[in-house]
Amino acid sequence: MYYLSEITKTIRSKNAGPFWVTIDLFCGDDINYQRVKNGLTIPIAANHLLIAENLIKRFEIDDLRVIKISFQRKYFQGSRLDRDMHGAQFAHIFSEIQIN
Amino acid sequence: MVQSTKILVPSGVLGLGFSEDALKEGLKRKPDIIAIDGGSTDSGPFYLGSGTSKYSYEICEAEWQILMQARNQNNIPLIIGSCGTCGVNAGVDMMFEMTVKIAKRLGHSVKIARIYCERELSEFMQAVDESRITALEPAPDITQEALNKITHIVSSAGVEPIQEALLAGADIILVGRATDTALIAALPLSNNANAGASWHAAKIAECGAFCSTNPSSGVILVEIDMTGFTVEAMAQNAFCTPETVAAHMLYENADPFLLTEPGGCLDVTESSYQALDERRVRVQGSLWHESESYTVKLEAAKLSGYQTTLLTIVREPHYVKNIDKWITKLSAICNEKIRQSSLRSESSYELDFRVIGKNAALGELEFSVNMATELGVCVIITAESQHHADDIAMLVNPYLLHLPLSENEPMPTTAFPYSPANSSRGAFYEFALNHTWRLENPCDGFTLMIDEV
Repeated sequence: MYYLSEITKTIRSKNAGPFWVTIDLFCGDDINYQRVKNGLTIPIAANHLLIAENLIKRFEIDDLRVIKISFQRKYFQGSRLDRDMHGAQFAHIFSEIQIN
Repeated sequence: MVQSTKILVPSGVLGLGFSEDALKEGLKRKPDIIAIDGGSTDSGPFYLGSGTSKYSYEICEAEWQILMQARNQNNIPLIIGSCGTCGVNAGVDMMFEMTVKIAKRLGHSVKIARIYCERELSEFMQAVDESRITALEPAPDITQEALNKITHIVSSAGVEPIQEALLAGADIILVGRATDTALIAALPLSNNANAGASWHAAKIAECGAFCSTNPSSGVILVEIDMTGFTVEAMAQNAFCTPETVAAHMLYENADPFLLTEPGGCLDVTESSYQALDERRVRVQGSLWHESESYTVKLEAAKLSGYQTTLLTIVREPHYVKNIDKWITKLSAICNEKIRQSSLRSESSYELDFRVIGKNAALGELEFSVNMATELGVCVIITAESQHHADDIAMLVNPYLLHLPLSENEPMPTTAFPYSPANSSRGAFYEFALNHTWRLENPCDGFTLMIDEV
């Protein structure tokens, strides 16, 4: 098992407008890219974000060795129960996810 | 026939700062236009809700003067979008007043175009009736209650209103809300450059040097032609590489391959990124798919109450260890005291507790159980008037300071970092629309005004 933080170069998270957050996992090399590509599935992401799978989009950008996870915000940006105006802390949830 | 169009982007937003040396380097390349963004929704709903700007007027004025001087010396147009952070009419008025003031100070004669993008609620309701409004996923519900509380609606302009201003010979163009990309794509598209390349270059350059190895260096130059575009950072210590450029397509975009814009969609699935040397990247193969109908995106904010906050720091180990129990007790007793007090007759309120050092940023998603030495407790009160929010804060204050965990223990005293512990935050706004508006003509509803000063 690997923590995603161990097998990525950078994980960043940011608002994609007020209603979506997008997380980019830059994997660096092919071996780690394959690991993340195979291991980080939509169900795993949904499980850590506590949202339904159909609210998540997952993209594979082979040229950049990037896996991208975009999801609908449970609490819209800046709404009363939102805790992170720019959505950047979601990256830290992903850093600590373990995959095979 | 124009062979290529060069666009100089000084930084991601006016007010953020840029290197003057890098700007000078960019001007040596003889750009055809200087384009800079003035805002975004990224800082939250307050700015659109209140119609105010995030950045200091004085700082923006100093930067704008530098750009106006650069424009004047090179006799090229200067354009800014999303004036005053949120692109409301007052933001355009502010930039107009600032521009006139600087022009007089510098002795410049300029033709200034203003493009207003704000929409009246009645126009919006008519568009709903005409089935021109479409909800995106996810969208807030359009309830009558929400509509009544909307303070501002803006629609993001595409390239067409900007091209109209350029055609009219404007030296300086002040746009209310526009897509970040439209500011940059307008001129190359007028010059019949490749459409996919124009929009893609615009997306890459919209945050200035974010697409380079040195994001804070600011200044970027994109040159767009019939087959693609070339991007280069103007600071000596900033380099554009195929990786940094391609990665910027991912930034703040839910979809890494497709970007919906007014009138169509940019498709970079087949784009190639090639290093020309260590500084410059050539991008080709980007496509533009024109849409059947012309839509613009709407943004709106509504007044959702007034807030007062309190902050304290819990250091006593017994309380740090039992923080969940303490917060539960604190919340219960505060709500009970509000019920018992004369405040109960007032309208509704919400009391939110955020424990800083435990899970304030992620809430229920936090997985870490590392214990901190001390914890911050931020209490956020949202009520229907500032007076009510303040009164509730004053009621909460002594319990936040002194509430014991159980009856038979000494009264604790938490650490208030300042006096008073409560801060009135004023009006609280939330985003109210994530919808598109179908237009018959791309310039419908965007008001162009031109003045010579």
